[in-house]
Amino acid sequence: MRKVGVFVCHCGSNIAGTVDVEKVAQEAAKFPNVVFATDYKYMCSEPGQQVIKDAIKEHNLDRVVVASCSPRMHEPTFRRCIQTGGLNPYLLEMANIREHCSWVHPDKAKGTVKAIDLVRKAAAKVVKNEPLQKSSINITKRALVIGGGIAGIQVALDIADAGFPVTIVEKEPTIGGRMAQIDKTFPTLDCSACILTPKMVDAAQHPNIEIISYAEVDKVEGYVGNFDITIRKKARSVDMNKCTGCGTCWEKCPTKVDSEFDMQLGKRKAIYTPFPQAVPNKPVIDREHCLKFKTGKCGICEKVCPTGAVDFTMEDELITQQYGAIVVATGFDQFDHSVYGEYGYGKYPDVITGLHFERLVNASGPTMGKIKRPSDHKVPETVVFIKCVGSRDEAKGKTYCSRTCCMYTAKHATLMAEKVKGSKSYIFYMDVRTPGKGYEEFYKRTQGEYGAQYIRGRVSKVYPKGDKLVVRGEDSLLGRPVEIEADMVVLASAMVARSDAGDLARTLGISYDKDNFFTEAHPKLRPVETHTAGVFLAGACQGPKDIPDSVAQAGAAAAKAIGLLAKSQMETEATVSQVDESRCSGCLLCKSICPYKAIDVKIIAERVGGKTVERQVASVNKSLCQGCGACTVACRAGSLNLLGFTNEQILAEVEAVCL
Amino acid sequence: MQPINLTSALAAGKDLVAKVQTASGVDVKACYQCGKCSAGCPVAFAMDYTPRQVMRMLQLGLAEETIKSRAIWLCAQCETCSARCPRSLEPAKVMEALRIEAKRAGFEADDEIATFNEKFLRSVASNGRVFEAGLIVGYNMATVQPLKDAGVAPSMLAKGKLKLFPSKIRGRDVINRMFTKAEKMEADNK
Repeated sequence: MRKVGVFVCHCGSNIAGTVDVEKVAQEAAKFPNVVFATDYKYMCSEPGQQVIKDAIKEHNLDRVVVASCSPRMHEPTFRRCIQTGGLNPYLLEMANIREHCSWVHPDKAKGTVKAIDLVRKAAAKVVKNEPLQKSSINITKRALVIGGGIAGIQVALDIADAGFPVTIVEKEPTIGGRMAQIDKTFPTLDCSACILTPKMVDAAQHPNIEIISYAEVDKVEGYVGNFDITIRKKARSVDMNKCTGCGTCWEKCPTKVDSEFDMQLGKRKAIYTPFPQAVPNKPVIDREHCLKFKTGKCGICEKVCPTGAVDFTMEDELITQQYGAIVVATGFDQFDHSVYGEYGYGKYPDVITGLHFERLVNASGPTMGKIKRPSDHKVPETVVFIKCVGSRDEAKGKTYCSRTCCMYTAKHATLMAEKVKGSKSYIFYMDVRTPGKGYEEFYKRTQGEYGAQYIRGRVSKVYPKGDKLVVRGEDSLLGRPVEIEADMVVLASAMVARSDAGDLARTLGISYDKDNFFTEAHPKLRPVETHTAGVFLAGACQGPKDIPDSVAQAGAAAAKAIGLLAKSQMETEATVSQVDESRCSGCLLCKSICPYKAIDVKIIAERVGGKTVERQVASVNKSLCQGCGACTVACRAGSLNLLGFTNEQILAEVEAVCL
Repeated sequence: MQPINLTSALAAGKDLVAKVQTASGVDVKACYQCGKCSAGCPVAFAMDYTPRQVMRMLQLGLAEETIKSRAIWLCAQCETCSARCPRSLEPAKVMEALRIEAKRAGFEADDEIATFNEKFLRSVASNGRVFEAGLIVGYNMATVQPLKDAGVAPSMLAKGKLKLFPSKIRGRDVINRMFTKAEKMEADNK
């Protein structure tokens, strides 16, 4: 006969407020095999754990039920607790009477009945629990960083400095990301490129960092510590080993294409690097626009290349590599304001976005840093900035605040005042949010020293009148409609998730929110982890973020990855799948279904009718198995069982509640 | 300017605000006062309170002031505000609900507006649609400004924009039933 102890937690008033915990303990004492039951204010506290340890000794307990919160929170705590009390940690069951009961039931009488049922269930299961042992696996000491913006670069540098090899996979031909497009950074107004490009070069020259640009993650297999990653290197049409980055090819290329880097405000060639400081500084051919690929004629680049690096026959290349940890740092896209008819459906050339403005004001941008409006290249004197475009707009945009726009709009107004003397900036805002070091002071300077006119209200319409744009809004502090005749309108467009974020999340097996931002494991306490072990997040792919926050988060993600890679071995779950070979028919349906490649074939010898016969059965690799249970469902003979959640245990729970 | 006692205002306006919310289907608390409605409103220039201010007054329980306002009667129901509202609220519906409540409470900010509405509906009731010339003449006579629009009449007549005689639609009995039903609903509500 088993000796089960039941420990009911009050969790302050979290549970005790809605559940009569003393009664739960009294009832639990009457369950079969239960020899001891008690309640305590905080079971997870030091004295609470001591209550459990003492009871194990005093009542000679061999199984323990803790009725408290979700096992997500404190199962590890109580496992450690009973282990120090002398029991195998898997002889514990938790009844979740908080999230599953007290928090969701207002009625104390009903809540108590439900709590008793949940404890009854756990007590019935724990009787069937068996001691389990963990095993361990080796860890591949290499990290993959997806995305080479400022967050990805920082993660890579930090991990590489700790002594582990890192690969950066970047979708574009160069690393640098959005920060490379930005002119100045708030609140210090230091030049973005001047602080970014040294980091790009550091990354390129670091002995532990490998940069694979113009590439994407194609497939992810394996699990924490041992991910098998397939990377698709897109056909660059330029041999990276031969190319010296001399630039003759793009000088001679006859095809001009709107530059994505310059937000379509400038031109690039069909063979190009996005910007002069690109890393690697070696071009790619844009096959969609290249004459050679479109018409079969041209090929000038091939002719002028002094090293013979141009290769029109190059194809996508798939490479597979093993990694221990993955950091996702894929950044953001800008909201497409063409959904706003009232702002011209994206068709007025002089209604531009924040990133357009960055390129217009940038010395290496299409206008050489002289602010000229796109339509007629006139220098704008009156500029209207509209904030919250796509942000805080559940009707046509996103519900959230994009966090960066208040500051970058203030920065834009400052740059306007500095670059175009006598110009006037008007800023339509709903709230001004400046919760960063030095941010509020910067905003005040924009208003005071730089004379930007802030108007509280949302713009309702922008329409052309002659060569001007009329902007209509309400000054809601005055309660009167106002109009401004502007030369240019800059929309502070929302930061949105990358359009392919959902696809990447599915490839990686991580979760994402309603807006396609990747979800952290806990919004406060695990901000850079995902629910998938070994996959971490950095930068704006997790939610709108400015540069300081992205860099800080990158450091945090790097620390988590380093913590993982620094271990020589990693313990694996003890709750793994087990094969009953006598019942296994060897159909191997489980093998095809296992997402972790943990099931293999094994040949066993059996004596049938006096003869030895060989036949195949399934065999589970305990190190690889993650205990997901998919195989146990697929198994037709019921010969697979998940330890810790065996069919017998589950049935015991069902019987306890339903019979 | 006297301070508003918000404690008593919220309590006093509670029922009326609830009625307006139910009738319009708009949760006025959800308005975040951006003013996009008022900026785009073609008649805001003539209003005593902008649509945003009307929403704010309802948030604060100043419902009686809103139903006494001129703004609710000036609203042309063009629904530009509703189309552009970033919170998917419909200020136009709120305006309409306020008008109903104003009428019930016996407030009609402006005799001219009341007269216009009355003449408009009577024209629809007898013809099945509006007879513009009759409406304008009737309205101008009632408001003692008989020659107000006389100047534009000849050119509108010449271009066929205005007809001298009403065109009556078929199935006016259906229109009549609608009017009867509306009147009954109105009586029931009182």
